[in-house]
Amino acid sequence: MAETTTHVAEPTRRDFLYIATGAAAAVGGATLVWPFVQSLAPDAATVAAGAPVEVDLTPIAEGQIVKVFWRGKLIFIRHRTAEEIKSAQDVNVASLRDPQADADRVKEGKSQWLIVYGNCTHLGCVPLGQQGEYHGWFCPCHGSVFDTSGRVRGGPAPINLPIPPYSFASDTKIIIGQEATA
Amino acid sequence: MSEHPTTYVPKSAFGKWFESRLPIAGLIHSSFIAFPVPRNLTYFWTFGAILVFMLVSQIVTGVFLAMYYTPNATMAFQSVEHIMRDVNYGWLIRYLHANGASMFFVAVYVHIFRNFYYGSYKAPREVLYILGVIIFLLMMATAFMGYVLPWGQMSFWGATVITNLFSAIPVVGDTIVSYLWGGYSVGNPTLNRFFSLHYLLPFMIAGVVILHIWALHVPGQNNPTGIPIKSGKDAVPFTPYATIKDIFAVVVFMLFFAWWVFYIPNYLGHADNYIPANPAVTPAHIVPEWYFLPFYAILRAIPDKLGGVIAMISAILIWCFMPWLDTSKVRSTAYRPLYKQFFWLFVVVCVVLGWLGSRPAEGWYVIASQICTVYYFAHFLIVLPVLGFVERPLPLPNSILESVMGVQKGGAGIPAGANAEPHSKG
Repeated sequence: MAETTTHVAEPTRRDFLYIATGAAAAVGGATLVWPFVQSLAPDAATVAAGAPVEVDLTPIAEGQIVKVFWRGKLIFIRHRTAEEIKSAQDVNVASLRDPQADADRVKEGKSQWLIVYGNCTHLGCVPLGQQGEYHGWFCPCHGSVFDTSGRVRGGPAPINLPIPPYSFASDTKIIIGQEATA
Repeated sequence: MSEHPTTYVPKSAFGKWFESRLPIAGLIHSSFIAFPVPRNLTYFWTFGAILVFMLVSQIVTGVFLAMYYTPNATMAFQSVEHIMRDVNYGWLIRYLHANGASMFFVAVYVHIFRNFYYGSYKAPREVLYILGVIIFLLMMATAFMGYVLPWGQMSFWGATVITNLFSAIPVVGDTIVSYLWGGYSVGNPTLNRFFSLHYLLPFMIAGVVILHIWALHVPGQNNPTGIPIKSGKDAVPFTPYATIKDIFAVVVFMLFFAWWVFYIPNYLGHADNYIPANPAVTPAHIVPEWYFLPFYAILRAIPDKLGGVIAMISAILIWCFMPWLDTSKVRSTAYRPLYKQFFWLFVVVCVVLGWLGSRPAEGWYVIASQICTVYYFAHFLIVLPVLGFVERPLPLPNSILESVMGVQKGGAGIPAGANAEPHSKG
């Protein structure tokens, strides 16, 4: 067999070049993955379409739940009755799976208006209003139960229906997607 | 039988010229013509060929559907109806594709349970088997994304439920989900990328299938006795014996397939998927396609989001550990009297889980799902390891030939001619 390489114990300049080239190729390859992964994220048009939206509350009667969309996500606007507010407040908060007082889920002085995301926190189905043990919501997919504050009270959902960012522009108008600037 | 007989000699001058440059004819000859096949294979061993046929069928029908389908949230539903009503034979191609997915899973489940029964997953076929599990996972992903494409109610809500599974991952879950969606919810970008991946994945499956067949041809096929081929008398050549038998089985399977396509093409689907996707209304009862139901039942059995997702994924990944969880030295369940009972109990539990997956998640259905889920995992984690130690298997035959022909006195009872030209009986 012909001798093609001379084996030396000491690292050579060639060894250094091998390692440097390999390292550059690995880093370069890994860097190239970044734009491809980022291309999967919500694009600029989708982000732009996610600007805040105004909702007029005047036509929503007491006891009614209205569905609106913001960023393609369903939002429930519930005009709660006095009885529904009371049942949401008369709960031992510590006994809840995701403990949260009703007062923390509505704006101060506006406890008749409950605004929550309309997709079940389990796997995203739309719960049915005024149903279930607590007459809040009941999810038909996997049986999660929510109370009149949108808090999870049973079933597989891990957390309460989240509150989207919103603020009252006036007594009868809210802006979803924009918190009040204090 | 790890060495293929390489007896192929090209006859023509061109054949010799070509073979010395690309020896593909020799590869085909040694793999699919002269390849030794155990002489005792039953029709359960024809499902590999049936699965290859189904993969080709799905790719061909899918390529033609893609010529008319529009992956856009406002047009997808209509383009599917356009295929059904206006495109020549569009109804046939779409029904072949939609029912073909179910037929693919019928065949793969027979194939998987044949493997479980005869211990085909055991050494030396572990890599072959794990490649099969990978193919199954790719099939599930492909089928799921395909079901989203018509953009009906079940498509949309199926996509919502399944993509939301990833939100159970701590910390990065929500980011992963928005990267899956390409937005803040399931929408047009989601449909677009699912179409892209639905077209890509079948070719990845085809690639892994080639590895699967390659890995099969190293140790050769398992057989109903589970004992290896010991002499040429135990085997018959692949062609004509296995070739003709596989073709016959594929034709019979095509009759079964055609019965669904032509008589009850919508039986396996859901009426709700003929309603265009509506993000404001969830169908009253969301159920996945039948082939996902056992795993769906496991998901719902755990009253915890992350736990449910982990259980569902583990239900498949645990298959990869079977070669090491099963401690029995005997492959074929035919010689394992105790395991045979547990095997059939496992089959019943899987079917019951499937049925429970189709029921609403309430009352005793949940409790029954939980009991079945516990048993499902116990089968792998307790039954398989323990039985290997406590079970007393039946005596194994000395050879495949002996199991087929009966014990011959002194082994000299068989005329030489009978071995040279064995019968093709399975």
